[in-house]
Amino acid sequence: MSEGTLYDKVWDRHKVTGLPTGQDQLFVGLHLVHEVTSPQAFGMLKERDQEVAFPERTHATVDHIVPTGNRDRPYRDEAAEEMMAELEENVRGSGIDFSDPDSGDQGIVHVIGPEQGLTQPGMTIVCGDSHTSTHGAFGALAFGIGTSQIRDVLATGCVAMEKQKVRRIEVTGELGEGVTAKDVILTIIGKLGTDGGVGYVYEYAGEAIEKLGMEGRMSICNMSIEGGARAGYVNPDETTYEWLEGTDAFADDPEKFERLKPYWESVRTDDDAEYDDVVTIDGSAIEPTVTWGTTPGQTAGITEPIPDPEDLPEEDRDTARRAQKHMRVEPGDTMEGYEIDVAFLGSCTNARLKDLREAAAFVEGREVDDDVRAMVVPGSQRVRDAAEAEGLDEVFKDAGFDWREPGCSMCLGMNDDQLVGDEASASSSNRNFVGRQGSKDGRTVLMSPIMVAAAAVTGEVTDVREMEEVATV
Amino acid sequence: MSSPEFSAGEAPAEKVTEVTGTGIPVRGNDIDTDQIIPARFMKVVTFDGLGQFSFFDQRFDDDDNEKDHPFNEEKYRGANVLVVNANFGCGSSREHAPQALMRWGIDAVVGESFAEIFAGNCLALGIPTVTADQESIEALQNYVEANPDAEIDIDVAAETITYDDTVIDATVHDAQRKALVEGVWDTTALMGANAGAVRETARSLPYVPEEDIPGGDA
Repeated sequence: MSEGTLYDKVWDRHKVTGLPTGQDQLFVGLHLVHEVTSPQAFGMLKERDQEVAFPERTHATVDHIVPTGNRDRPYRDEAAEEMMAELEENVRGSGIDFSDPDSGDQGIVHVIGPEQGLTQPGMTIVCGDSHTSTHGAFGALAFGIGTSQIRDVLATGCVAMEKQKVRRIEVTGELGEGVTAKDVILTIIGKLGTDGGVGYVYEYAGEAIEKLGMEGRMSICNMSIEGGARAGYVNPDETTYEWLEGTDAFADDPEKFERLKPYWESVRTDDDAEYDDVVTIDGSAIEPTVTWGTTPGQTAGITEPIPDPEDLPEEDRDTARRAQKHMRVEPGDTMEGYEIDVAFLGSCTNARLKDLREAAAFVEGREVDDDVRAMVVPGSQRVRDAAEAEGLDEVFKDAGFDWREPGCSMCLGMNDDQLVGDEASASSSNRNFVGRQGSKDGRTVLMSPIMVAAAAVTGEVTDVREMEEVATV
Repeated sequence: MSSPEFSAGEAPAEKVTEVTGTGIPVRGNDIDTDQIIPARFMKVVTFDGLGQFSFFDQRFDDDDNEKDHPFNEEKYRGANVLVVNANFGCGSSREHAPQALMRWGIDAVVGESFAEIFAGNCLALGIPTVTADQESIEALQNYVEANPDAEIDIDVAAETITYDDTVIDATVHDAQRKALVEGVWDTTALMGANAGAVRETARSLPYVPEEDIPGGDA
């Protein structure tokens, strides 16, 4: 078993007691709530005549069903309106803070937590959403839970968990030009598989990870679950603290920052920590990486051939064959040149200000291909406002992108933003499952925001490193 | 607002020591939760009625015509033991997935391996997720296809799956087995009983201010 890792330390600090099931009861430091997975949990609470135990440690927003176009209430989609109304009633009745669209703070739950400083190192963070692993970027222990567990957290402030193993994933060296955090995590999942992390928590470390800003670290931790690991984290460091200092939680309270910093430092993994497994990946060898199939583990560097299913381990062959048929790709080809119909820049993986800045810098002076429907969905209202203040919205709109309101949008197609028929999408999101983007014949190619921008411009999957720089005046 | 007191909840959950019934095979590795229940069916505020949407996009084409899928086949009506392959339930944390399967009639899932959150969500509903090796699972799937009316018996405590004259040496994860067999899978009630210790833990954390902790002074 691991010893002396951040995971071990945060676990121990939050352990209330052992349970007769063999699980531990963990105190939850921050419970994030959204409209899709919470209503049933609030319903169960009411059935049991219980109240929310720690409303002050709970924060809600609306992201999955919220329209990214016309947001006048009532929403045109009656089901969405019902879910929104239910959430409003539940959180207001319980005294839970709510970043709703009128607050100017609404956004994807994994974007707003970090930007408001709700997410802090050494916390346990849960949410009824598998991408809760995002918050691990701050050195928190953060993981997704199901609705019955949401009920547990609402009623008791705790979650019942079994301790897992820790795998250190060390990404060495420097990332090349045009290579981003998204390429790193797609490469990791490609190497370790979509179920390689089952039973593990991932500790991301090494030079390439330490050099990343918080946005990149969030993109990596975000997709831990796509590799089967329920949680992933990066040890907190000066980069983390710098981000925190600028958030609502600490900007006006430097004393609080200084008071908590020793705790954050204390939960960092010890130099002599023991891991259950260590994997090393050469970061300098990573290319811009995309998916060729229908799981986030079916990835290839942009110049690498799509594998022949017959060359894969036996258990992966059938999935690969079905995926290649669905995607209409051939073994031996590369993904470069794969025609796309839609470019989606958004989601909890890649819709933060830095992502939009990088994509905009590429798009400036270029135009979206005539046959491509391209959209940018900022991760939150604050991201949107900051991007607009810099004029990024104009850059995108001038190039032919649709500039929309924040939400999960086409990542999972719960609002009007969906693929139609067999459209192919270049997407900065996290899942390329069949049907994920709203059409069961739709085809999703996952990639980084700048690769989405390049695909939007050329109409096909493109090696962003091959694009000539456009001089902007 | 008055400080809410924790409640120990209701009676302990029922014991799940054994599941017996007929089987239904759904083949393929990495069957994700978007396949088990597409997101558009999650625009609901209760889980009622989700059963009919299980595997919806695998079962129906764009014109709502039935496609080949075990969940459409008459011979599997009434089956309660789902037999799957590897990494079943990967993807989203949506409890809607096991809720839909449960409401369709599934009481237990047997497979090569499961995604973690999915297995946890099943446990919260009292549904065992039982694993066995690939060969045994494929043999069981073949058997169920040929004998849809034959009885399969899952002994959760003994970790066996019995059909015909075959006994599969299966695995039920330790904590899950204990929870099901002893009827302690209602974790709200279990944890609610430790309210005092919860407050103590909360107080020991430097980032939790006293005013966030309900239940009055220490």
